[in-house]
Amino acid sequence: MTAAVEQIAGRSLWQDALRRLRRNRAAVMALAVIAVIALLSIVGPWAAPHPYDTLNYDYIAIAPNLAHGFFLGTDAVGRDLFVRILYGVRISLMVALAATTVSLTIGIVYGAVAGYVGGRIDEAMMRFVDVLYSLPFMFFVIILMVVFGRNIILMFLALGAVEWLTMARIVRGQAMSLKNREFIEAAVAAGARTPTIIRRHIIPNLLGPVVVYVTLTIPQVILVESFLSFLGLGVQEPLTSLGVLISEGADEMETAPWMLIFPAATLAALLFSFNFLGDGVRDALDPKDR
Amino acid sequence: MSETILKVEDLKVYFPVRAGGGWGAKTLPLKAVDGVSFSLHRGETLGIVGESGCGKSTLGRAILRLIDPTAGQVVWLGEDLASLSNTAMRRKRRQMQIIFQDPLASLDPRLTIGEIIAEPLRELEPSLSRAERRVRVEDAMARVGLLPQMINRYPHEFSGGQCQRIGIARAIVVRPALIICDEPVSALDVSVQAQVVNLLMDLQRDLGLSLLFISHDLSVVRHICHRVLVLYLGCVMELASSRALFDRPRHPYTQALISAVPIPDPEVTHRPILLEGDLPSPLAPPSGCVFRTRCRYATDKCAQTRPALEDADAGGHQVSCHHWKEIAS
Ligand SMILES: Nc1ncnc2c1ncn2[C@@H]1O[C@H](COP(=O)(O)OP(=O)(O)OP(=O)(O)O)[C@@H](O)[C@H]1O
Ligand code: SF4
Ligand SMILES: [Mg+2]
Repeated sequence: MTAAVEQIAGRSLWQDALRRLRRNRAAVMALAVIAVIALLSIVGPWAAPHPYDTLNYDYIAIAPNLAHGFFLGTDAVGRDLFVRILYGVRISLMVALAATTVSLTIGIVYGAVAGYVGGRIDEAMMRFVDVLYSLPFMFFVIILMVVFGRNIILMFLALGAVEWLTMARIVRGQAMSLKNREFIEAAVAAGARTPTIIRRHIIPNLLGPVVVYVTLTIPQVILVESFLSFLGLGVQEPLTSLGVLISEGADEMETAPWMLIFPAATLAALLFSFNFLGDGVRDALDPKDR
Repeated sequence: MSETILKVEDLKVYFPVRAGGGWGAKTLPLKAVDGVSFSLHRGETLGIVGESGCGKSTLGRAILRLIDPTAGQVVWLGEDLASLSNTAMRRKRRQMQIIFQDPLASLDPRLTIGEIIAEPLRELEPSLSRAERRVRVEDAMARVGLLPQMINRYPHEFSGGQCQRIGIARAIVVRPALIICDEPVSALDVSVQAQVVNLLMDLQRDLGLSLLFISHDLSVVRHICHRVLVLYLGCVMELASSRALFDRPRHPYTQALISAVPIPDPEVTHRPILLEGDLPSPLAPPSGCVFRTRCRYATDKCAQTRPALEDADAGGHQVSCHHWKEIAS
């Protein structure tokens, strides 16, 4: 026999969910908007006619002007707003990505262990989370910034370190209910050890709610970063973020409204898109719940 | 008679349960299994029957140490499993497997059935190469009647009966000596039940398996079991060969259970013995004989002392009742 028996490929639950997500117009649109904004923020600055940090004293706070290549106008010291917004998006997305990665890694492992192992260990682990929760977060970040100086890496870590608390709680709840499912008992009977069970059975089965939570965390992190930058605790000049741009634009709202409108619209578009995507993912993963 | 492979002695499983709410809450022991003893021979099928909630599943899980027993011994080939370390117990799992009541719930929805069936091999026979494992998985699939092309599919793409075949394949893939079947067909359509029961009987014959067959369906039990153990509120009421138990039940509870099964033969006049009252709570079981609150023959003695399991004849028919001699069946 030369030809191998033809395998029938199965459709995993993930593939099913992906198909449902593709059929959801709002979610697909949202994903497209995010992709376009992200792509622009990566390649845009190279293609744009002006660098982000050059001061053009001849063109201070001018309105959008295609002839000189200032597509979205300039800011109070004559820097090209278009490029600066793209840099702002870069920072916002990077912060979101880094903070979410940190919170995912810590939150999933921590929550899954606490929820599955249970008992005293769970008790101790979750008390620790409660204690961290009760610390005033803004205060915590501000102290970090004051002690270590304004440092973007630090901000990533600080945001992630706070976001993982909620993630750990969500994951723990999921792990606790999974623990009583029969297939976990079957894995014990099959001789699987606790770490194997957590890795092979618990974590893959709780990723659904986690993915949903992630799509909701991203806009939240972007907002917090904007807020910190607005307070002057975020990134440092000449680098910028959407929060910084909005804060600067707010000062010039009456004389140069585009300085507020364009960054604010970009932020709003990003936040909307992530929220739509989050809704879509939730529906796709849990089709009964509609 | 062939070798005894499993001997359960005075096994007890108590769950601590919080009774009452608020400040006055205290924990009470819920006696799910309360002093069960029996033995199982190689190649034998022992049925375990009883009403819902009488501790059948708990008994099966405690034998495999999926639940830690509160007291008693589970002696596997002369070795007490309860005293083994977790690592040593893990190695024993190669010899004893389980099939669950809800076939779909017992399969991880994120894994392909090939991965599911391979899991016991991966964990318990780690020396196998990937190719050897694959051969064993396909062999197990073939034995339970699953096509090898199905190996990359996911559990939700199968029917209940097929899911149970997957569960059976996972149990036999490590070539165990004992399989505990916890109501393996009660969640299936009637039309598929017979197929799965016949599959289990074929496997038992071909592989020389011992089966602990948990069920509340007496007609299935009568069909496939060599001996039957009747459980009530975590206690053994009667233990006998299948023929002796169905032809001549000695315990009032067994008599009631059997009389409630519809008999297809119109020649036999048949009046069911009704069980009065509800099943008492296992949190507060009756004193003395646990069955006395629903027993027609109960006397004062039944309320005071718990009857021991005693031999009713030389053929190994055992019954736990003070008055079995007086009760004509
Ligand atoms: N983890 C647990 N914690 C507390 N009580 C439990 C637990 N598991 C089972 N019980 C109780 O123990 C008793 C026996 O349960 P078990 O599942 O063994 O019954 P069963 O005979 O298998 O019933 P069924 O036919 O419904 O499957 C029941 O009263 C049940 O409520
Ligand atoms: S011991 Fe008494 S109560 Fe129990 S079954 Fe026998 S007669 Fe009935
Ligand atoms: Mg049960």
